[in-house]
Amino acid sequence: MLNTSQIKKQFPIFSHKINGKTLTYLDSGASSQKPKIVIDTLKNYYETSYANIHRGIYSLSEKSTEMYEHSRETIAKFINAKNSKEIIFTKNTTESINLVAISYGNTFINKNDEIIVSVLEHHSNLVPWQELAKRKQAKLRIIPLKKDLTLDFDTYKKLLTKKTKLVALTAMSNVIGTIIPIEKFIKEARKYKAKILIDGAQSVPHSKTDVQKIDCDFLVFSAHKMLGPTGVGVLYGKEEILESMPPFLYGGDMINQVKQFHSTYSELPWKFEAGTPNIADVIAFEKAIEFINEIGIEKIEQHEKDLLKYAKEKFSKYPEIKLYTPTNPNNAGGILSFTVNNIHPHDLATIFNEDNVCIRVGQHCAAPLMDNLKIIAINRMSFYLYNDFKDIDQAEKSLQKALKLFK
Amino acid sequence: MDLFSETILDHYKHPNNKGSLKNPSISINEINPLCGDKLHMDLNIDSKGKIKDIGILPQGCAISTASASLLSEKLKGKSLKEIEKLTEKDIFKMLGIEINPGRIKCAMLPLITIKKALLLKKSRSVI
Repeated sequence: MLNTSQIKKQFPIFSHKINGKTLTYLDSGASSQKPKIVIDTLKNYYETSYANIHRGIYSLSEKSTEMYEHSRETIAKFINAKNSKEIIFTKNTTESINLVAISYGNTFINKNDEIIVSVLEHHSNLVPWQELAKRKQAKLRIIPLKKDLTLDFDTYKKLLTKKTKLVALTAMSNVIGTIIPIEKFIKEARKYKAKILIDGAQSVPHSKTDVQKIDCDFLVFSAHKMLGPTGVGVLYGKEEILESMPPFLYGGDMINQVKQFHSTYSELPWKFEAGTPNIADVIAFEKAIEFINEIGIEKIEQHEKDLLKYAKEKFSKYPEIKLYTPTNPNNAGGILSFTVNNIHPHDLATIFNEDNVCIRVGQHCAAPLMDNLKIIAINRMSFYLYNDFKDIDQAEKSLQKALKLFK
Repeated sequence: MDLFSETILDHYKHPNNKGSLKNPSISINEINPLCGDKLHMDLNIDSKGKIKDIGILPQGCAISTASASLLSEKLKGKSLKEIEKLTEKDIFKMLGIEINPGRIKCAMLPLITIKKALLLKKSRSVI
């Protein structure tokens, strides 16, 4: 286990009481809390180093540019990209996926081509492909779920054909925590020369990601789910593929030469970063990555597995509770979702909230998965490096309170 | 906080007017896309334009279910004009509890449903 009392001290929010109660934060799957170093970096940067980037000749702007680009290099290393040109900053995972669906999709997907996604996808990795399929008269194919709550690899193999042009797959379900063996899925898609986008929004903050090893074409994730600020998303793309794609947004900062009626565009990665980007948050994001690196991503992953095991043992004791988690714990990340007999998730979350326990309830931006599991809503606890057994004990206390009230 | 008062819990566990009506004058389904709560409502409207009978099939949280149950009682015998005048305030008063912002949509689902039903009725009479 990680030394959570030391870690919690580095997150100002945990020393802040609401209604006299400390925070039990079990919703890092939606967004993580921020360490002091990230918050301080934002403040210091605005106070001492702020200027627009890529344009100014004065020192302040040069310093800003250097900090912004340095963050890109740190992120490239974090996911083991070949070089930092392959890292594009967007505003979030959703925008990263839309960038690919529009720039890559509009250029390379044609009538009757097929795009494969899974039933586990967050709406952000489903709706852009639905729309692309509509625009191009392409077809969407769905990988189903097995009873053990893992993806059905055999059906996936059958869905893959010469028509498959793109596979867009989550690396970890945001609802039930299933970890997808993406290397295996990618290898299979390679047989048909399909391109692969991996939605790493839930996996990159919690486990080692090596884009060269897994050999995906695109990887997308968000800073705010991994201790960084809101408003920064990342798109990793293989250099040669990004080169072949047209810009996504047009205007300032992404140009090479502009004539009155014609323009040429900047090189990678700036070709995809039109307008003044989110400079301060990108710079602060680097500190979040350094924070994670200092603790060690493998240790974080193990810590969350320990928390999941503990929570599973506790919550499975209640006959009123049905857990929705992969049968084999090796297939699960730090998420535990469940329903409670006769207590609607919104009511449960309201009762938890009285004890300052934050859990996420509802459909989790994954309505098709809800339909598939035949439930209207679900309760989710999600863990991160600052959570400990006490947090889960507190959640259990709130649960007991709810069960008593609704008896 | 007393969101889950005895009245609310009682109406949640045993909603009034639960069930569907035979040959209803109007039937409507409404969902709360935020949480997936569903409400089915059947209405029988008499020749004077008053609600004669009502059937509800709530599928959701304690707040939306209790709100549907209480509202179904309140609606009986009311004219369509009277129903049109119902506001969020009336619902809060009817529930008798404080509702935090995140749950207002739950409480209002039944009101939204009946208002939609009235619109549907109006558009039908125009045709």
